[in-house]
Amino acid sequence: MAELDTSGGGHKKGPGVKKGKKLSTRVDLTPMVDLGFLLITFFIFTTTMSQPTALKLNLPDDKVKPDEQNKAKESGALTILMGADNHIYYYEGQLKPDASNFKSASYNGENSIRDVIMNKKKYVRSIAQDPADPEHDLVVVIKPSQYCTYKNVIDILDEMSISLVKKYALVDIFDTEEQLVKISDSQKP
Amino acid sequence: MGRAKLPRKSTTIDMTAMCDVAFLLLSFFILTTKFKPSEAIAVQTPSSVAAKKAPKKNFVLITIDKDGKVFLTIDDKNKRADVIEYLNTYNQLGANVDKFKKADYIGASFAQLKSFLDKPQEQRVGDQLPGIPCKDSTNNELVDWMRAVNSAYAGSKMDLLVKGDNLAKYPSFKGVITAFKKNDIQKFQIVTNPESAPIGSELYNRPNKAETATPENN
Repeated sequence: MAELDTSGGGHKKGPGVKKGKKLSTRVDLTPMVDLGFLLITFFIFTTTMSQPTALKLNLPDDKVKPDEQNKAKESGALTILMGADNHIYYYEGQLKPDASNFKSASYNGENSIRDVIMNKKKYVRSIAQDPADPEHDLVVVIKPSQYCTYKNVIDILDEMSISLVKKYALVDIFDTEEQLVKISDSQKP
Repeated sequence: MGRAKLPRKSTTIDMTAMCDVAFLLLSFFILTTKFKPSEAIAVQTPSSVAAKKAPKKNFVLITIDKDGKVFLTIDDKNKRADVIEYLNTYNQLGANVDKFKKADYIGASFAQLKSFLDKPQEQRVGDQLPGIPCKDSTNNELVDWMRAVNSAYAGSKMDLLVKGDNLAKYPSFKGVITAFKKNDIQKFQIVTNPESAPIGSELYNRPNKAETATPENN
């Protein structure tokens, strides 16, 4: 039952009123425990998986007639070839008949393919004719051989996003190049 | 005669210990939650800097496992029925529609599809399944599957995902791409683990790092 305070706001305690007890310093922890378990349930139920991300990839249309296809300038072309055991090779422009411009690189560390792409970018910028779009001529051609892994392909596609290469294409490898990759693979440790 | 009074016991319990336990458990759960559900087909995806989240429903997923075997998952059960009815009509498969609707993923050639569907779900483990043949250019059954999927999704948006294992060899991936190309599918997404842009790279140095590049492919 509700009780009315009839003391009229007076601070003096009447003669019969006991002295207030000394307050204990102990705190009731029950609400805190409740909160703790509530949070536990929350975390158990709501932890979402570290959500996978999606890398977008657009394929070129094979059915376009050869004379309507985009032609890449030789000076801006960089071809990357992937071989077995994480070996990676590249050449600039067209592959010379004696394969003298067929070079080896690595995925990371020294002589990484990222540096190769950056150098190529610098070179393309330096010879660019249109200052508004200096990287217009840069085209990276990705040619995975049958010996490389899925990870290698995705790494290189990812490298295109990392190095902000706007034009790149996943192209079937030529037989001669595949032979070259195979021979180079066997020479590597 | 004075009797010794027993002190009345308090009903309140000391909550400190329980509180300790609760928060200990809390920290344990926060720190140890493993973020990977166990899947029938174990796949370790490569990582990329792409920031876009992979769609979680209404997707069509092609999985490539570490041996290069290819599996097909269609998320939408109604579309599954459309797909198998299409194949039953055009490829004379004669597969059971209800069983197909219940199958979470497909990993067998057309010839083996019936026995695949007859197996109970628990026995369909990734390692023992043959996968959809697609490596061989003369016998790429994924082309037929994708044609059926394409017709089922005609007029509606399709989220096509490819999820491959790090160790899968390129020819399987190439077979998948060939199947897409033959059906005029030019756009798809690759499921990857998130990764931050390497320090010092162009992407890292770009002023607005919020959006990750989605370069056009020419």
